Amino acid sequence: MRKKLTGILAGIGFTLAGGTSAFSQELTIFWAEWDPANYLQELVNDYTAETGVTVTVETTPWGDFQTKTFAELNAKGDAYDLVVGDSQWLGAASTGGHYVDLSKFITDNGVDKSFVPATLQYYSLYEGKYWSVPLEGDANGWAYRKDWFENPEEMAAFKAKYGYDLGVPKNYKELIDIAEFFTRPDKNMYGVALYTQTAYDAMAMGVEQTIFTWGGDLGDYANKKVEGILNSAQNVEALEAYRKLYTFTPPNWTQAFFAENNQAFTEGLVAMNMNYFAFFPALANEASNPHAKNTGYFANPPGPNGNQHAALGGQGISVISYSKNQEEAMKFLQWFIRDDVQKKWAELGGYTCSAAVLGSDEFLNATPYNRAFADSMKIVKDFWAVPVFADLLFQMNDRLHPYITTGQGTAKEALDALAKEWEATLSKS
Amino acid sequence: MAVLTTLDPRSRAAARGWSDLTIRNAFILPTIAFLVIFNIFPLVYSLGFSFTEYRASLNRPAEFVGLRNYYELLSDPGVWSNFTITAQYVILSVGGQMIVGFGLALLLNREFPFKGLVTTLLMLPMMLSPAVVGLFWKLLYDPSWGPVNYALGLGKFEWLGNPTNALIATALTDIWMWSPFVMLLSLAGLSAVPKHLYEAAAIDRAGWWYTFRRITLPLVAPLLLIALIFRTMEAFKAFDLPFVMSTASVETVAIRLYQMAFQGWDTGRASALAYIVLLVVLAITNIYVKYLNKVKER
Repeated sequence: MRKKLTGILAGIGFTLAGGTSAFSQELTIFWAEWDPANYLQELVNDYTAETGVTVTVETTPWGDFQTKTFAELNAKGDAYDLVVGDSQWLGAASTGGHYVDLSKFITDNGVDKSFVPATLQYYSLYEGKYWSVPLEGDANGWAYRKDWFENPEEMAAFKAKYGYDLGVPKNYKELIDIAEFFTRPDKNMYGVALYTQTAYDAMAMGVEQTIFTWGGDLGDYANKKVEGILNSAQNVEALEAYRKLYTFTPPNWTQAFFAENNQAFTEGLVAMNMNYFAFFPALANEASNPHAKNTGYFANPPGPNGNQHAALGGQGISVISYSKNQEEAMKFLQWFIRDDVQKKWAELGGYTCSAAVLGSDEFLNATPYNRAFADSMKIVKDFWAVPVFADLLFQMNDRLHPYITTGQGTAKEALDALAKEWEATLSKS
Repeated sequence: MAVLTTLDPRSRAAARGWSDLTIRNAFILPTIAFLVIFNIFPLVYSLGFSFTEYRASLNRPAEFVGLRNYYELLSDPGVWSNFTITAQYVILSVGGQMIVGFGLALLLNREFPFKGLVTTLLMLPMMLSPAVVGLFWKLLYDPSWGPVNYALGLGKFEWLGNPTNALIATALTDIWMWSPFVMLLSLAGLSAVPKHLYEAAAIDRAGWWYTFRRITLPLVAPLLLIALIFRTMEAFKAFDLPFVMSTASVETVAIRLYQMAFQGWDTGRASALAYIVLLVVLAITNIYVKYLNKVKER
């Protein structure tokens, strides 16, 4: 009996020892649950074919992504080897020691020359060091119903009412006019679908884009100053404009993000849909959008003073400090930055940050929205990337959401209160 | 009843010299260990964090700040707003549950065909997952194609469109889900009321209302209060329904706590807020229990 037991235990021991080497030939990438993650999973199968290393892209819904990621990082867990984290996390993740410094990797491999500078600045750089490789470039843009815009009757009625031709809005005033024009609740038609969700950063992205477009800012990022910048006169105007746009959204539009906005568009509820370009492939696909052939796209239009900006989306891929497969993770990044891989990434639907691929005719003509995307990537601007970014986000949600969705208070009151809160939060950090 | 005080001399325990006390402790120890590890230790550990400036995401040691977290929270109008919203939610949902639950119990407290089946069906809502309940009630409340607006002829009324409506809608869902719990406890109380009291009241020609006020309610009151205590404690901690249904536009104190602890990772302040909530719940529960004891004494 004893001999049998010893034999069984030895067998288990040898199996585990033999299997250990197989365990190190796996990489796990953690990302949010959306289409680009599916494209990435398709792409990394090529890495598996080349190297034999299995790469799994694990996902979780956007609302939980930040919570789950930082729960794992704070526990110094090794469940994930790489994470495709939001740009706002750079401060918290680098300060917390959760990301591996990739500065040497970026410079040694020429990524600082081959990738679009804006993507490196916003997806990778924090306090002079690089913490990620830009993976998914993204920006906020607009989709619109070409058939509604090009309908002769609609065009005549619009011209009669507003005095200029109906077309892709050339500025925010035209955007608001067009939204108002197409808002007909009795016919279940509305002007726009906007971001209003407060579970994470959706509403903040929509609002900041409008603020930037008015020539305003969220604060002095370098010196962490907010008072007088966040609650400036142009920011007040910008917030009032966003509130005005909100009045042209469908009913109950108080917690909308990418899925709700796309759904409103595919169901024929709205004339224009604010969304990140990452979600536009679904609109270009006739299987998911019956109006795909009649869908057009444009970059966020300029504001009253000619400023034009788009809220930065997208993420970079970072190596997690607690990963037991850091060497393999670095090899993966070296494979990922290859030109042929970036080209395939773009073909699959991922938004490459490689300057060569992004600027090629092949990319620009590959989809109906790629030109608008390329235009948007030149005008992107981002939220705070400080360690207390989450506090700033939730304070923004708390202060601005009631004003935007119910008209409670005034834009000035909301921004004054927010500026005070942000000053206190940033001074403590 | 005779209590076993000696071991069977032939048993292995007896052979090893285990006393009854040792055996009793051996059975209790795993549970105590579990309670200490997962209840007592986190309670004490988080109390310590509540007096510090500490963010779990930043890998920096906790810095002792005394009562600053408590002071900042208690002087934050946003936190008071959360408590106000939570109190409104508790009053609405628990009040509704008591009325509906007790009403259902009164209706079920008689013999009728398929009573068992009806009772089981009425209990189904509280057996469902709160997240699932929240999600499908969110669909039911949809202003464009939800059946609630259609059935009530409300057009495109936005149930979840603003914080006030969302609070009422979420409370109604909570009432739907947890009235069966109150019904169950009330039914137990009602079935324990001696029948001869009702017979005596009938002989004296007492009306329904008099019988209800003087016989039914006093005798069922202890169980109603127990239901009230449990439901108030639960409603005060409400997170799942408000979070799923309104994506945090009904910002109860539990949602604020979640955001602070697991999205902002402000561990120190979140711990302080958690303790404030604990003290409030303890205070309310104490009041209820004192009243319950008075009612039982009568």
